Amino acid sequence: MSRTLVETSTPGSDPGELLALAERVVARSGTGEGVEVYVARGSDTDIRAYDGEVESLTSASSAGIGIRVVADSRLGFAWAGSLDERVIAETLEEARDNARFATPDEHVQLARPDGVPAVPVDLWDGRLAEVDTADKVTAALALERSARGADPRIRQVASADYGDGTVEVALASTTGIRAVSRRTSGYLSVSVIAGDGEASQTGGGFSVGRGFHDLDAGAAVDDAVTRAVRLLGATKGPSGRSTVVFDRRVATTLLSVLSSALSGEAVAKGRSFFAGRIGETVGDPVLTLVDDPTDPRAYGASAYDAEGLACRRNALIEHGVLRQFVYDTVAASRAGVSSTGSAVRGGFSGTPGPGCRALALSPGPQGFDEAGILAAVGEGLFVQSVTGIHSGVNPVSGDFSVGAEGLMIRDGVLAEPVREITVASTLQRILHDVAFVGADVEWLPGIAAGQTLAVGEMQISGV
Amino acid sequence: MIETPVLERVLGEALRHGGDFAEVFAEDRVNSSAVLDDGRIEELSSGRDRGAGIRVVSGETTGFAHTADLSEQGLLRAAAAASAVARGSGPGPGTAVTPDRLGDPVGRPASGDGPGTVAKADTLELLRRADEAARATGGAVTQVQAGYGGSRRRVLVANSEGVLAGDEQVRTRFSVSCVAEGDAGLQTGFETAARTVGFEMFEDVSVEELAELAARRALAKLSARPAPSGELPLVLAGGSGGILFHEACGHGLEADHIVKDASVYVGQVGRQVASPLVTLVDDGGVGTEWGTFAVDDEGRPAQRNVLIDKGILTDYLWDYLRARKEGRRSSGNGRRQSYQCLPMVRMTNTFLLPGEDDADEIIAQTPRGVYVARLGGGQVNTTTGDFVFGTTEAYLIEDGHLTEPLRDANLIGNGPEILTRVDAVAGDFAMTPGTCGKDGQSVPVGCGQATLRLTGVTIGGTAQ
Repeated sequence: MSRTLVETSTPGSDPGELLALAERVVARSGTGEGVEVYVARGSDTDIRAYDGEVESLTSASSAGIGIRVVADSRLGFAWAGSLDERVIAETLEEARDNARFATPDEHVQLARPDGVPAVPVDLWDGRLAEVDTADKVTAALALERSARGADPRIRQVASADYGDGTVEVALASTTGIRAVSRRTSGYLSVSVIAGDGEASQTGGGFSVGRGFHDLDAGAAVDDAVTRAVRLLGATKGPSGRSTVVFDRRVATTLLSVLSSALSGEAVAKGRSFFAGRIGETVGDPVLTLVDDPTDPRAYGASAYDAEGLACRRNALIEHGVLRQFVYDTVAASRAGVSSTGSAVRGGFSGTPGPGCRALALSPGPQGFDEAGILAAVGEGLFVQSVTGIHSGVNPVSGDFSVGAEGLMIRDGVLAEPVREITVASTLQRILHDVAFVGADVEWLPGIAAGQTLAVGEMQISGV
Repeated sequence: MIETPVLERVLGEALRHGGDFAEVFAEDRVNSSAVLDDGRIEELSSGRDRGAGIRVVSGETTGFAHTADLSEQGLLRAAAAASAVARGSGPGPGTAVTPDRLGDPVGRPASGDGPGTVAKADTLELLRRADEAARATGGAVTQVQAGYGGSRRRVLVANSEGVLAGDEQVRTRFSVSCVAEGDAGLQTGFETAARTVGFEMFEDVSVEELAELAARRALAKLSARPAPSGELPLVLAGGSGGILFHEACGHGLEADHIVKDASVYVGQVGRQVASPLVTLVDDGGVGTEWGTFAVDDEGRPAQRNVLIDKGILTDYLWDYLRARKEGRRSSGNGRRQSYQCLPMVRMTNTFLLPGEDDADEIIAQTPRGVYVARLGGGQVNTTTGDFVFGTTEAYLIEDGHLTEPLRDANLIGNGPEILTRVDAVAGDFAMTPGTCGKDGQSVPVGCGQATLRLTGVTIGGTAQ
């Protein structure tokens, strides 16, 4: 058995150790060969409670490496879910071999340090390592018990989960990139069923944080219960055109979908309806959209991007005018601009591409929260959850059609519940039809903030 | 992957502190992929992942740990971790079971060329041919992305009930995605072929045909009008996706939802839940379909399960744990994304048996409605039964003829209601591949169906 370079199960250890490993691999680069090494390791605990007992308890650690090789303007990539020395050597060779087959492309290159200093963001809660598994189990059981007893109309708790994790990442390259980062995370998530038989409705709630101590079980349960109970008695709503108010959670999803049209790669390859529209008005003047991963409150906050450049604040849309796209190194070269520090990747098994991490809309001038927006809208539809985002929203064409459930808005307040309807428009129209942007910013899991959003004139399909 | 005596010692360690079931699931997976985009071979990628997941069940509680270290020492450590969490989290230890001897292995030998044996240059040739074919379809095709993916997945399952099973799953996937540009903006078209075989898939599959289909889909939509809004009759083309049944009832028949009373199909076995034209089967052993395997990820051989027989609900889908609770056997539906995941109840290849109607007649006898040639994905809430599925190629039916193309939209329905609305099923059966996501885990599945008609579905377009 070959030696393992790094022990993979030490919680809370220093990512500098991973950087040393990455540097050792980079040192094996050949003449004229660019090598970038991304090393990550993590640990997770997941506990699911059901009916007063622990249904499952998972504790695990894992580690892996992703290697990019650039030779003669050609890129090759290989990855492995192991930090075993022999496996790493094979992975480097495989990446080299893969590079031989790519089409030479002058824009293919590794990131180089650009002098922008990284803004430190503290994403590590050292207290997490000291929490006993027994206390986490207790938290999961308490969450389930609390949801079950929260309201007499709750007949089932479909799932009640506690989870936490740590991730450490190191990145090194022959072009001088050196970056390390680490983060901890924790969540409570609960899904409840209200009512009986055919009249059942579901609701989910969660609380996320950087660790164990900042989780709020009460808020998660309240959210889940409120969402399920207020839908009881929902019927299929009427068809027609209507103003639609999107719940904060739904708004997060909408911004995430929109972000793929703001990718500099999608634009360069003709896969975005924003292509060629920089400087043009693409939305209502109330729209100002910024991606700022240096905001430590953001769930996706990060000091470095996935190529090791400093993350930075990028204003994408200002007062309805399209200002810029997000770029990684290759997409930026293709567009003749500089990277915006916006490379993202799906862990060690993925290659980087441009993407957003912390999108948020500037709150509208009225400073409205949800109630304020409902009152201002007066009549319409409040959407509390959507389905079919991936099957019904096309960020290339802009076509937009999603399943929805929620409540009618009458006289400025929430009225009767509706379900089994769709809400449709196009992303282009939606941007122009935004009526109100809430000031009720909440950093939800994902790449965008949650804030109540009102959009005029969408098509509802129901009865 | 792991010697039998080692497996026995690891299972022994897993049950040393109690528990009534232990299992070792080991996996060694190699992936390779190649992407052509914007006219260039942009990226070849190779990946390797191997490890083992060990679970210990004690009463209602499951302890699970996984490791990338397949040495005996590494496995024993994971076994101890899985057993400790089970012991610490549940009631006292049950009767310890010591595996006397594992049974003879079940499973099948490797077949097909995959990562490691396919020449990389051969895959690139396919990508270039697809790119050319797509661009040759029409000048309005402005962008083409083609992707090849191959994987070889060896699995080994051993448990304290004496099961020892192995399987080697070689899978191949090829997809083409096109963008076309017209006066009204951009449109997209996508087509994919995916099977549980090696590179020999391309003896039957023409990448040029896939590319032309994807390109035509994008081109057709350049002149598409907004989809209608409201309820209309719907004709689904044979092999258009089959995702209708996957979402309308497949997920709702998974026993994990049933035992938690979180499905509209609880207590419905033996009852009429669908039109008599509906006979729905889930079968993990069909040919080389995308959801096919020899044994599932709990070591159960794949089997054919009739879920709905002429409209009568006959059974649910089961994995080991949910079946054990009901004192029955797994239906071969215990699957997991990787060794890092606990298995759960999953579909395999889910399909509606063909009927006796004629596909052209079905359209001719529909005065007004929507014809869907290709579906995208979908999503369901199993508790309420409400589900959506998206169209990626659809046409208006007027006076029994396909007329104008329609822009993409989602359709929405309620499972138990929609199943009763099937009023015609043709014989032009075809399967399509898909990826099914549940609780954060993705697995390959097949969906199949012939041309069929629903008397009414809500279509979520923008036209009034």
